Amino acid sequence: MSEVKISIRNLHKTFGTKQVLKGVDLDVFKGQSLVVIGGSGTGKSVLIKCIQGLLEPDFGTIKIDGADVLSEKSKGHISEKMGMLFQGGALFDSLSVWENVAFSLIENKGYDRQVAKREAVRVLRQVGLAPDVADLSPSELSGGMQKRVGLARAIITKPDIIFFDEPTTGLDPIMADVINDLIVESAKGLGATTLTITHDMSSVRKIADRVAMLYQGKIIWQGTVKEMDKTENPYVVQFINGCAQGPIKVEV
Amino acid sequence: MMKRQIENFLRTLGHPLVSFIISLGNLVLFVASAVYHALTPKYYVKNFLRQVLEMGFYSLPVVGLTTIFAGMVIALQTYSGFARYGAESAVASVVLISVTRELAPVLSALMVAGRIGAAMAAEIGTMKVTEQIDALVTLSTNPFKYLFAPRLWAGLTVLPVLVLFGDVIGIFGGYVVGVYKLGFNPANYINSTIEEIEAIGIISGLTKAAVFGFIIALMGCYNGYHSKGGAQGVGQATTNAVVSASILILIFNYILTEVFFSK
Repeated sequence: MSEVKISIRNLHKTFGTKQVLKGVDLDVFKGQSLVVIGGSGTGKSVLIKCIQGLLEPDFGTIKIDGADVLSEKSKGHISEKMGMLFQGGALFDSLSVWENVAFSLIENKGYDRQVAKREAVRVLRQVGLAPDVADLSPSELSGGMQKRVGLARAIITKPDIIFFDEPTTGLDPIMADVINDLIVESAKGLGATTLTITHDMSSVRKIADRVAMLYQGKIIWQGTVKEMDKTENPYVVQFINGCAQGPIKVEV
Repeated sequence: MMKRQIENFLRTLGHPLVSFIISLGNLVLFVASAVYHALTPKYYVKNFLRQVLEMGFYSLPVVGLTTIFAGMVIALQTYSGFARYGAESAVASVVLISVTRELAPVLSALMVAGRIGAAMAAEIGTMKVTEQIDALVTLSTNPFKYLFAPRLWAGLTVLPVLVLFGDVIGIFGGYVVGVYKLGFNPANYINSTIEEIEAIGIISGLTKAAVFGFIIALMGCYNGYHSKGGAQGVGQATTNAVVSASILILIFNYILTEVFFSK
C-alpha cells in the first residue's frame, strides 16, 4: 500500500444547529486522485475547506504528511504545498490574468515581475490559453477560460496536493471534458495528489483513481471506479444513476 | 398565558441583545487581529500606496468642495449672528476655530466614509462571496496583511492630510465671503486668522482625522469581510459600513473633543 498523504480522522463540523460533518474518516494516498461524491449540501465543500485550514473543525484530526494541519506551527508550511481550483474560479478581479496566475511567485517567492509573467504565460499555454489572454482582465474571459486560468494559478507553484472544487460546474459537456483532461494531465505531470469534490459522474470516471461517497456527514462508501460501478450499496447506486427513488431523500 | 407573554417578551428582547454581543465580540477580535497584522511584517507597500491614491488623491475634490462651502456658510452665519452684538470682527476667528476643530475633520470624514468606506466594503464583500479571500489564503497570503492592513494604514495617514487640505480650503471659503461679500479688509481678515491659530486646534483636528480614517477603513473592512450571501449581502455590508462609520465618527468626535478641550 502506498504512503498516506492526507489522513482525516473523526472530523466534525457544525454550523449553528446544523451538524454538517459527523465523524469523517478518510485517507488520500500519495500520487492518487481521490474524488469525493455526494449530493448538494452534504458537506463536501466544508470537508475540503477544513483540510485547507479555511474552516476550523469542531474536533477531529487532519494530517498532511504526518503534520497536523490545525496546529499554528505547521499552517504556513503546509499551505505552500497546496493548490486549489475553486468552483467559480475565484480569480482576483483587480488583477490581470497573468498577475492572477503569477500571484504566488510575486508575493511569496519574490520573483521579478517580468520573470513571473514569462512563467505565467508558459503555464497558461500548458492549460491551452494563448499568450494574448495574459493581459486581459478575468471578467473578459468565458467560464471555461476562467477555470483554465484558475488551474494555471493552482499548478504554477508545482504543489504536492491539488484540490478541485466542482471543477466542471457551469461548463458545457465538451468544455467539462477538456477541463477534466487538463486536470488529469496537470496532476500526472506534477505527480501531485489530488482531492476533487463533484457530483458530475463523467468527471468522476475521467479523473478518479478512487471514489468516496459522503452522505449525512460521513463517508459511507469508498472504492475504485470499477468497484463503484459494481457496488450494490443502495446509496451509491442511487447517486450514480441519478434516481429520485431510493434511500437518499431529497428535501424539496 | 402570562408566562408565554413574558417568554415572548424576553425572546424579543434577548435575540437582538445576543446578536449585538456576538457582533461586538467579532468586532473586537477583528480589530485585535487587524491591528496585530498591521504592525507586524509582511507589509504590502504597493497595496498601501494604491489605497493612499484612492482614499487621498481622489477624495481631494469632494473634501475641497465640502470644506469651502462649510467655511463660507460659517462666515455668513457668524456675521449675521454676531452683528447684533457688534462683534462682526470675530468672524475670522470663528471660521478658523470651526473649520480646524470641527467642520473639516467631521465633514471630510463623513464624505470619505460615504465614498471610500462604501467602496471598501463592496470590494471586500465581493471578494468574500466569490471566494477570492479563500483563494488568497490558499495562495499562502494572509488577507489581514494583504487586504486590511494597507487600508487601515491608509485611513490612519491619509485623513489627516485631507483634513489639513480641508482646513486651508475652508478658511479660504470664509475669507472669500468675509472679504468679497461682507466687506472685510483682506489684510485685517488674514491677520485676525493668523493671530487666532493655535496648535491645539490644529492638532486636535488632525488627531480626530487619524481616528476617523482608522474607523472608516475598519468599518469598510469588517463589514465587507463579514458579508454573507450574494449581491444582497454585499449591499447590506456596504450600507452597514457607511452607517456604522458615520455614527462612530460622531461619537468619537465628542469623546476627542472632551479629551482635548474639557477643563
